[in-house]
Amino acid sequence: MTDLAWLDAAVTGARPQAMAALLRYFRDLERAEEAFQEASLRALKTWPQNGPPRDPAAWLIMVGRNVAIDQLRRERRSQELPDEASLSDLDDAEGALVQRLDDGHYRDDILRLLFTCCHPDLPATQQIALALRVVSGLSVKEIARAFLVGEAAMEQRITRAKRRIAEAGVAFETPGPVERAERVGVVAAMIYLLFNEGYSASGGDAQLRLPLSEEAIRLARLLVRLFPSEPEVLGLLALLLLQHARAAARVDAEGEIVLLDDQDRSLWDRGMIAEGEALLDKAMRHRRPGPYQLQAAIAALHSTAASSAETDWGQIDLLYAGLEQMEPSPVVTLNRAVAVARAQGAEAALAMVEPLEAKLAGYFHFFGVRGALLKELGRTAEAREAFGRAIALARTAQEAAHIRMHLDGLDDNGRSRWATKKVPQPPGAD
Amino acid sequence: MKYAVFCYHSENVVCAWSREHDEAVMAKLGAVQETWAKAGKLGPVARLMPTTAATTVRKDNDPPLVLDGPFAETKEQLLGFFMIDCAGLEEALAFTRELAEANPGGAYEVRPVGYFVDWSTGR
Repeated sequence: MTDLAWLDAAVTGARPQAMAALLRYFRDLERAEEAFQEASLRALKTWPQNGPPRDPAAWLIMVGRNVAIDQLRRERRSQELPDEASLSDLDDAEGALVQRLDDGHYRDDILRLLFTCCHPDLPATQQIALALRVVSGLSVKEIARAFLVGEAAMEQRITRAKRRIAEAGVAFETPGPVERAERVGVVAAMIYLLFNEGYSASGGDAQLRLPLSEEAIRLARLLVRLFPSEPEVLGLLALLLLQHARAAARVDAEGEIVLLDDQDRSLWDRGMIAEGEALLDKAMRHRRPGPYQLQAAIAALHSTAASSAETDWGQIDLLYAGLEQMEPSPVVTLNRAVAVARAQGAEAALAMVEPLEAKLAGYFHFFGVRGALLKELGRTAEAREAFGRAIALARTAQEAAHIRMHLDGLDDNGRSRWATKKVPQPPGAD
Repeated sequence: MKYAVFCYHSENVVCAWSREHDEAVMAKLGAVQETWAKAGKLGPVARLMPTTAATTVRKDNDPPLVLDGPFAETKEQLLGFFMIDCAGLEEALAFTRELAEANPGGAYEVRPVGYFVDWSTGR
């Protein structure tokens, strides 16, 4: 490993904490970010000579704060710039700062930083882009590539998001327990969205968007470290790890999405699955189930099954039933129906799916699942019609191609590879 | 004399490594281990999951208190360990220096082992 790589990792690792503290000092996202940039540049210059500081985050906070204060003074034209020496003589100050950081204030600082990026005035895509820029420290170029937009457009999106936050103001009061819990929920939702941005990618884009999922895992890890006993936070990290563990098997050589049933399970990342399970174990000990834990439990059942046939579909059905109660949604019911089809048969599943039509009339996967169930029951004409509607609603060529495979099977007098009890799963069904 | 070599490093830093970087570090550490294993001096080696996966049992309470998270919140965390059986401290330090060269940053703690049983082999 080169020194530079270590430096880079140290600066990136310290970024959330340092940015969070700078945001508390200056109450201004833009200024905090500039201060951090400058501190990082100085770190790259001085750390290789003097060796890394004991606490990189504390170092970056001190230097960043001094830099920004100088900047403020300069803007007021009241004082000369202090020389470099006063900045590098940080030992005493660093000690005091480390003490303060240890007090645990930094927890609310980092939560505030994350929460600021999730401002309700911002559309989800801007929240995510901002978090990637401000908290993760990805360059605008990297973010633009992951979102498949031009650099200028992404720059504009982030600038606009920052402006809106500056106008709205940052919430600086220390949150009470209820408010803190709310903030954690909002931040968790943003992290999950970010993950799905990377996860739902398909075709040639999948590789490009993978970093989004990886960043989401990193942020979820950060959230667990801040709130180690919050079962839903543990559940979120578990869920992301369990889903991400399948990344290598989700896309084939042509860049096409491979559905869970057809994935080569030897490509799944066993280390990630083990960590996800360990986290889920910890979460469930608290006996306070929530949507992330339930989804993680479903993902864990898939991850530990040797094959689709050996999956505990009955248990997955029960977990979806729990999820339905907590967060009723027709998509959750649709996913549950897929498990029911495997556990109890197509008839029971179809009875569950039919009432959803009014709510899911524009949803590709609804007709895909319905068609497959009808086909399994030998109701070929109805199946054909459902597949036709699915193709009309497909958003990508892959989705349409997948349904055509089902249709081809039908033309084969019903004797097809789909004649087994196989129902395609909507995304998130795992 | 048996020694345990504990690896401490900032989890923030290690978790910020790219996959390629992580694999490169593991490969370099693997090469060091191979030499010492061939000489019959290397015992169990473990890389621990992040401290976010840890649970702590405080046994100064009765009944013991089960807490989420690692034993202590520290700047650098215990991330793994190696066990070696060698002539003495000098040799243990030689091993540790090789590890350090393969994986700079953080610290290794070299601790002589007072009692050791490997139930999996019965030795």
